[in-house]
Order: sequence, then structure tokens, then C-alpha cells
Amino acid sequence: MVTATAFNSTLNQLAGASLTMDLTLSDKERAFQAQVRAFIAERLPAHIKRKVEDSLQLVKEDYVSWQKILYERGWMAPNWPKQYGGTGWTPIERYLFEEELALGSTPRIIPFGVAMVGPVIIEFGSEAQKQRFLPRILSSEDLWCQGYSEPGAGSDLASLTTRARRDGEHYIVNGAKTWTTMAHYADWIFCLVRTDSAAKKQEGISFLLIDMHSPGVSVRPIRTFDGAEEINEVYFDDVSVPAENLVGEENKGWTYAKFLLGHERTGIAGVARSKKQLARVKELAARELCDGKPLLEEQRFREKIAAVEIELMALEYTNLRIVCAEQAGETMAAESSILKFRGTELQQAITELLLEVIGYYAHPNVPQAIAQGWNEEPIGPAYAASIAPLYFNWRKTSIYGGTNEIQKNIIAKMVLGL
Amino acid sequence: MDFTFTLEQKLLKENVERFIANEYTFDKRRAWAHSELGFSREHWTRFAELGWLGIDVTEEHGGLGGSAVEQAILMEAFGRGLVVEPYLTTAVLGTALLHHGGSIQQKQTLLPAIAAGESLIAFGFAESQSRYHLADVTTIARKDGDGFVLNGTKSVVFNAAGADTIVVSTRTGGASRDDHGISLFLIERQTPGLALREYATVDGGRAAELLLNDARVGADAVLGNIDNALPVIERVIDAGIVAVCAEAVGIMAALCQATLDYLKTRQQFGRPIGEFQVLQHRMVDMYVACELSRSMAYMAAVKLDDAEATERRRAVSAAKVQIGRAGRFIGQQAVQLHGAMGMTDELAVGHYFKRLTMIESTFGDADYHLQRFANSE
Ligand SMILES: Cc1cc2nc3c(=O)[nH]c(=O)nc-3n(C[C@H](O)[C@H](O)[C@H](O)COP(=O)(O)OP(=O)(O)OC[C@H]3O[C@@H](n4cnc5c(N)ncnc54)[C@H](O)[C@@H]3O)c2cc1C
Repeated sequence: MVTATAFNSTLNQLAGASLTMDLTLSDKERAFQAQVRAFIAERLPAHIKRKVEDSLQLVKEDYVSWQKILYERGWMAPNWPKQYGGTGWTPIERYLFEEELALGSTPRIIPFGVAMVGPVIIEFGSEAQKQRFLPRILSSEDLWCQGYSEPGAGSDLASLTTRARRDGEHYIVNGAKTWTTMAHYADWIFCLVRTDSAAKKQEGISFLLIDMHSPGVSVRPIRTFDGAEEINEVYFDDVSVPAENLVGEENKGWTYAKFLLGHERTGIAGVARSKKQLARVKELAARELCDGKPLLEEQRFREKIAAVEIELMALEYTNLRIVCAEQAGETMAAESSILKFRGTELQQAITELLLEVIGYYAHPNVPQAIAQGWNEEPIGPAYAASIAPLYFNWRKTSIYGGTNEIQKNIIAKMVLGL
Repeated sequence: MDFTFTLEQKLLKENVERFIANEYTFDKRRAWAHSELGFSREHWTRFAELGWLGIDVTEEHGGLGGSAVEQAILMEAFGRGLVVEPYLTTAVLGTALLHHGGSIQQKQTLLPAIAAGESLIAFGFAESQSRYHLADVTTIARKDGDGFVLNGTKSVVFNAAGADTIVVSTRTGGASRDDHGISLFLIERQTPGLALREYATVDGGRAAELLLNDARVGADAVLGNIDNALPVIERVIDAGIVAVCAEAVGIMAALCQATLDYLKTRQQFGRPIGEFQVLQHRMVDMYVACELSRSMAYMAAVKLDDAEATERRRAVSAAKVQIGRAGRFIGQQAVQLHGAMGMTDELAVGHYFKRLTMIESTFGDADYHLQRFANSE
């Protein structure tokens, strides 16, 4: 582990710098880590922990009840300024916190409120918006979803066509958003909408907060091929939105959206969750047999695991260098793009190993077995049922949040100047 | 050397491709896969009428007496259509089991019935501890008077519930992973003591866990030599591998085609995404991986029938390694290049990817066959 002063350099400035490296945590950091660990061990409900460990389906209540536990402890929004309910932790403490959340098998925090719209409201929202929305995000009373993508606007987000026409004290919204994760759970959606069709693509976009319960909003689920139902289409048919729900200035929405991208550096790579999954690969490989011995004793398979483990280590220390640089107050370029594409590649590689471990028991399709409340005799080993769905579902990670191709374009442009 | 098809083979290819293109639409396929039976009986009858079920059945038994190449032609088209009919288990594994292990009597009863579409076969060769090792057999067949009593479980037996006859590998001697001491038995579906737990598979097919609890069979149920069935099993599984390799090639070609079409039509940033060079190169890698796989599938199909055992083994394992790896790459990239559309259940892309992924582990994954190749010089 790295202390605050260890890597006082961003990635691209590193060459030639003289460093005093220290890979240990300070006493204070270690105490912090222990405190978080103890809290999770004590407060995370066992049935939720089990679902996360076994990659079973989580329902809305699982997410919300865990988020409320964090909220009560004051730990729901470590990324927010203290005055709005943040924790005042250093970047390293935040990193350690996320690591403990992962190692403790907690559900992922739903990102749309606390990680996405929250920081935008804090940075660009009105005082009234802050007072109205932020407390309810913290307490999980309001769940949010992200209305960016449209059928014709994916990677090329700026070509979006959902329109908001100003009509007195309201905007009238018409159009469709798609691939909207958790829209079926959400109370609110933050949308990029076109408010000026005459302007250049990026300059006619506004950032609008829309109540999902408004008349004219409808949600249609989209099933993914792994069998999951987590994304949706959201239609807006003459939806009337109070003008006070506009964030910042009209036609400046693109700037706010870009502020959000690249904001996330501590958890985006998912290193700790990957470590946890890799441990699971080993655990299951120790239980599966190959030629009368545990698969884990097969040299070839051990080396495959080791190869991924080393790649993960390289990403981990890169992530730590970035966090330390942030702690030292350095400005960032495309670091979150590096963490995102590399992190998802490794997450996917680990699901491939899991799939290989279970051999023929990847074949049975038993969706009931990963849903809530199934207690029949499993087909094959109990851990097998969730693995093929996980492998297939996880292909999404190199697509959502900006595809990995787009992340590489960003790095090529912003870091390498190509 | 000649890689061209004969006139009959070309005709067969045209026929099956026309059938898939005209009648085996993705929506219909979905409905058949979800039906109670899991496939279409009407198709099965058609397959019989067209002679497809009898490709690997000699003319004296009412078949066409064809080769693995003809089977590969069919399977490639079946891959494109994501065909759910139990062709692999009955008309490839079933016929191969009879050819290589069956007595004259067994052939006479079963082969004509298979060719006529009247008999479905399944083959239980895997167990929960066996992974891909065909000699890792713990299901016991104990001699009892004239016949045998079978006890044990067989894992993930494809198309078992719909089968009339199930062949299982059992241990009649030796220790649990010995090559010697393995025997095959034909079990009628209704045999007391045989229980099945059926389920759908990820790729739209069906399989079952097969439980043998004092299932009694007669002496005439033995297929091949007692204690010496492993070479037969290996030969039969090799035929299965050649068939799924061809199927995988059909799927890969379909995915390449769908992705290429998408690259040409999907517009982002004011142009078709196929204009982005990184996607062009990715598409080239997919295309080439598919063609390399096709070469290996044909090679293995020819060597399956013609080569001696070691050469056959190496050819088949090499093909399986190539196709396992290429299938994973092409499946993943087809989804990736379709963006979020590729994740939907509505598009065929994800379903092709799922079948390719299941083929990857069927009859041994790339690691297993890499080892088998390396160790069979
Ligand atoms: C499971 C899931 C959940 C999602 N959740 C949300 C959500 O909650 N809210 C939301 O707004 N969106 C969400 N999305 C949408 C996601 O952000 C988009 O899918 C993504 O931005 C890509 O857009 P697209 O799907 O239209 O693909 P396209 O942009 O059409 O891309 C197709 C392919 O072309 C490539 N490509 C495109 N442009 C370039 C280029 N310039 N150079 C090189 N390659 C290029 C892409 O990388 C991709 O491989 C979700 C997507 C998924 C799969």
C-alpha cells in the first residue's frame, strides 16, 4: 500500500522523477481500514452478503437497505464535500473504503445518485436543487437513473434528439432514451435534452432533472441475452417539467456531462472486486476435479490464474499511483479512461476463468436458481448456476459508460496527443 | 489435394442452406426451443425424408452412407440456423456409437430407425467429477445373472429426455480412471431405475442429469466389448467434435456477417462505424479467425474417417483448440461491435454467442485439447 507522498507524479510525468516510495499504509490509514472492515462485518445483512458472494440476483431492497446502513453511519457519499454530507476523507482513505466494500461482499452502490447526478448538482445546481435533492440521494429515498443514450446517440452522445421546449415556467419534453439501467426502480432521471436545435451539436444540450412519476413518462424493459432485466427504454410524451429542474444554464448541459466523465478514479477499475472474484476462481477450482485432482493443482490452470493475477496487480498499483497523485493535488488527464478499460478487461477475463472452472455445468440454464427464494436441489454444484449468466452479462462492462474503444480514443487524444 | 466439394455435396449444401434461410427463422427457432419438446417433430420427419438423418448410416440400413464431410456441411448450416433439433446426439453420436461398437443385431434394429427418424439416441459419457476425461468413469455396471445392474449418475446428457435409447459409459472393471474396464450399455428410456432430471440449456437446447439406481439391462444391451469401450468412446466423441466444429464455423460466419452488416449501417459521428480503423482491423481479425477455423474444421472432417488413430486425434484436437479460441473471440467481439444492441435478447447475436460458448466446453475445452494434442505424438 502507498502513502500520500509516495508517488508524487502523474503517470505521464513519472519518468525521471526522483521518488521516495513507500508501499505501506500509515498507522492512521490502517486504523481507518480496520474500522471500516469491522463495521461491514457487523452491519451487512447475511442474506445480502451471500447473494453478492454467489453472484445471485439482487433486488431493489437489497441495494437500498445496504445504502441506508451506510447512510446512517454517514458513509454514503465519500466523494462529496463534507458540507453536503461527504466524509472529508483523503483519496487514499476513499480508496481503502471502496476496497473494504468490495472485499466485504457488499452490494455495489447504485452510482446514478451519489456518484453521478449528486456531484453535478453540487457543482452546478442551484441552492434550492441542492436542498431538495441531495439529502434524498444520501438517504436513498430517491433512486435515480441516467438518461443519456438514445437509439441514435450512443458513442456519439452529442447527436441526441430528445427535445425540451420551453413553455412559460415549464419545459415540454418529447423523445426516447434507451439502455437506461434501473429506470424501472428510479424515482428520478437526469437527462441530456436538446434545447437548441440551431446551435452546434454540443452547444444546444441541457441537463434536466425529470420526475419519473410525471404524466407522459413510460418505461419498457429490455431483456439482455443473459436473461437479465436491468435496462429499459424510457419514453417522454409531452412531459411537463418545471423549469426549476434545469441544472445550471440552458444549453450548457454538455459541459456538465463532461465534468462527470473522468470524475471517478477510486473505484472505477474495480480492482478489489476483481481480487475477490479471483479468490473465488481459486476456491472453486480447488473444489472441481480434473483427472482425480483438484483443478487448482493443474499447472496449466494455475498459471492462467497467475497471469490474470499479475495483470490485476499491475492495474492495482497503477490505480494507487493515480490516487496518490490525486491526493498530492495533481491535475488529471485521462486516468479514469485507463482504469475503466483495463479494469473491465480484467473483470471479463476473470469471468472467463470462472466459466472454465465449471466445465459442463455451464450448460444448464436455471434462472430460478439465481433469483430470490429458490431452494430446490441444484443441478450440479450449487455455485455453477450463476456463472454463465455472469460471464454473458459482464460483456456489458466494455460497452456501457463509454465503450472501451471510446476510452482508448480519449487516451490517444488527451494523453498521447494523437 | 482438393478442397472442393463433389456435385452431391454441393447439392446437399444448397438444400440445407435453403432450408435454413427460408424456414429456420430466428423467431420460429425461439418458439421451438421454448416448446415442450424443445424442437420440431415436423422438422425431424423432414430431415429423415431428405436423408439427412442417414448420412452416417450405410445404404444396407437405409441410409446414404456418406462421410463426415457431408455431416460437416449440414452442421455448418445448422450452426447458422442455431438448429435445436437433436441431430448431433442422434445422427452423429448415435450412429457413430453403433458403427464402432454395435453388434450386427444392434445395427439392424437401430440404424434404420434412426435414418427413418423413428429413434432418438442420447449419450451419457460425462460425470460430475470427470470434467472432459472420458476414462474418468465411476458409474458401475455389475454383472447379475444374464444381465447387468447399473448404478451411478451421468452429467449434462444432451437431449436425454427426448431420447428413446440412452447409451452410457460405465465401469465394469479397473480403478476409477483406468483406460481398461469401461463398457457401454444401451438403455431403453423406460427402463425401471433410470431417472432423468431434465432442464433447458443456455444455448436453447435440452439436457438432463441421469440417475441410475439399480437399473437392470440384459446381456444384449452391451455395446461393443466389455471392459474395452474406451477406444470406441474416443472415436465417437471425435466424430462429435468434428460436427460441433463445423457447427461453430457456421455460427462464426453468421456472426461475422451480422457484424459486418452492422459496421456498414450503424452511423455514429456522421459516418458508418465501419470507417473507424480500429473496428476495421477488429473485423479483419474476426474474419480471418473464422476462415482459419473453417480450414481446420474441413481438415478434421477428412481425417476423422481417413487417418489412423494418432493422426486423427491430433487433427481433431487441433481443430477443437482453434475453434474454441476463435469462437470465444468472435462471439465476444460480435457483441462488442454491436454496442448495447449486441447485449439484447432480441438480436440473434447474443444467442449465437451463447451457443459458441457452450460448444467451447462440449467434448473438451481448448486447454484439454491442447494437452491431448501435445501428448499424442
Ligand atoms: C447494460 C448496459 C447498461 C447501460 N446503462 C445506461 C444508462 O443507464 N444510461 C445511459 O444513458 N446509457 C446506458 N447504456 C448505454 C451505453 O452508454 C452505450 O451503449 C454506449 O455509450 C455505446 O453506445 P451504443 O450502444 O449506441 O454503441 P455504438 O456507439 O453504436 O457503438 C458500436 C460499436 O462501435 C464502436 N465505436 C463507435 N464509435 C467509435 C469510434 N469513434 N472509434 C472506434 N470505435 C467506435 C463502439 O466502441 C462499439 O464497439 C448502457 C449500456 C449497456 C450495455
